[in-house]
Amino acid sequence: MEKPLPPVNAETAPFWNACAEGRLVIQRCRDCGACQFYPRLVCTACGSAELDWVDAAGGGSLKSWTLIRRAVSAAFEADVPYVVALVELDEGPTMMANLNTRTPESLVMGQRVRVTFEPHGPDLRVPQFQPED
Amino acid sequence: MDSIRGRMAIVGVGDTEVGKIPHRSPTGLCIDAAMRALADAGIGKDAVDGLVTCNSMAEPHMYHAQAMAEYLGISPSYCVSAGAGGSTTFTVLYQAALAIDAGLCDTVLIAMADSLRTGLSREQAMVMQSSSGHPQFETPYGATVPGYYALIARAYMHRYGATLEHLAAVAVTAREHAVLHPGAQMRAPLTVEDVMASRPIADPLRLLDCSLVSDGGAAVVLTAADRAADHPHVPVHLLGAGEGHGHEHISQARDLTTSFARHAGERAYAMAGLGPSDMDFVELYDCFTPVVLIELEDLGFCGPGEAGPFVAEGNTRIGGALPMNTHGGLLSHSHPGNPGSMFALTESVRQLRGDAGERQVQGAEVALLHAQGGIMSSHCTVILGRGS
Repeated sequence: MEKPLPPVNAETAPFWNACAEGRLVIQRCRDCGACQFYPRLVCTACGSAELDWVDAAGGGSLKSWTLIRRAVSAAFEADVPYVVALVELDEGPTMMANLNTRTPESLVMGQRVRVTFEPHGPDLRVPQFQPED
Repeated sequence: MDSIRGRMAIVGVGDTEVGKIPHRSPTGLCIDAAMRALADAGIGKDAVDGLVTCNSMAEPHMYHAQAMAEYLGISPSYCVSAGAGGSTTFTVLYQAALAIDAGLCDTVLIAMADSLRTGLSREQAMVMQSSSGHPQFETPYGATVPGYYALIARAYMHRYGATLEHLAAVAVTAREHAVLHPGAQMRAPLTVEDVMASRPIADPLRLLDCSLVSDGGAAVVLTAADRAADHPHVPVHLLGAGEGHGHEHISQARDLTTSFARHAGERAYAMAGLGPSDMDFVELYDCFTPVVLIELEDLGFCGPGEAGPFVAEGNTRIGGALPMNTHGGLLSHSHPGNPGSMFALTESVRQLRGDAGERQVQGAEVALLHAQGGIMSSHCTVILGRGS
């Protein structure tokens, strides 16, 4: 059983294409300057449709996390236990990802993490995070 | 629009058996609940001109309410299948009240049931429920529903110093009440030590921090308060209702330690002209133990960070300052998915009628009910009062 692939659509394709190149991109509003993730057609802060894709620096801090002891499906059994985390990017938006660490018991709130990319299916790479050295 | 405060009344309630019910299909449970509520209201199916259901995960219909109307052989003028997760139940009660007030119909039957325990495999149930995650930006990471709520639990505990014992106290209190309910799924006594020792599911949540997986259903009959005398029981009036919708996916929540329960509660209090101190008991959505603590705070019963000690000190027991989830809640009575909080509704009606037997809250006149769907996403609060 394969892990579920993100169903890429017309609006999110630029994000996933950048991931395939090893770049984490977010949207920045040309009118109000707010950054957002996930990708949308409108700025959630001001409603503008003038959104630019910008490279995120790739750093963030740990906002919360859990250690999954019971996999959601057979596709994730081999990973148990695995960390699902919420990471607040330095640019502001929050994203969910797995946190790759061999010592999940030593994670602390607010700790620095950095993006990595993991192959997912034949064509995609998904952003993941790992503790910063 | 004028407030509908006190203009609608619940005049019938019905619960099916809950737990493992393989001898009934989800459709069968829905109809069973419906017929019990109609019998309680003293009316037949042909008196129903409004029907509200929610879809079943185990036995879905494309247009569920219409399929149930057909099954019953009724032809309602208002027929809606609703879906907003756990808050669906109270949201549809509010909307059904508005439909009656607007003249769309006179007598609404709200009936919901599902068979998450025996109608789906364990993996099917987990995958189906976790599909509430964002398909592109959450689901690929393998989070479970307990995992999503664990993110909330950790943030709340970190911010306020709440402990695992505080979470356990929520589960223990629910079980104390379920022990008093002859129909509850879990009736064996539980201790804080039992919860602490239960196996970890998604840290920091343990098995007994998580609600049940159940088969079952419940139904209510709603009509105009001035018609309540046509029905045999003391009517229970809808005094207030309000909704709040903050996000859908937990990675998009503005704050992990508070929720739009606050907005829903404020709107319901404003309609009712009542506040937290007026409530004789509460029924709060307890899909996972930390949710209850945040709801107690967002709905004004405790200050920020105070709910853990409040529950651990016994205030939410029957006989305490604020009896909570007097039937045992989703943690110990049953949790058949979207219909789960219907049992909080039927329990509240029985309490306000004075018919709750061993678990009766003495002198109960007014109650607050709150449910939320998604991952602390969609909230609905209702305030009910005993009529005369």
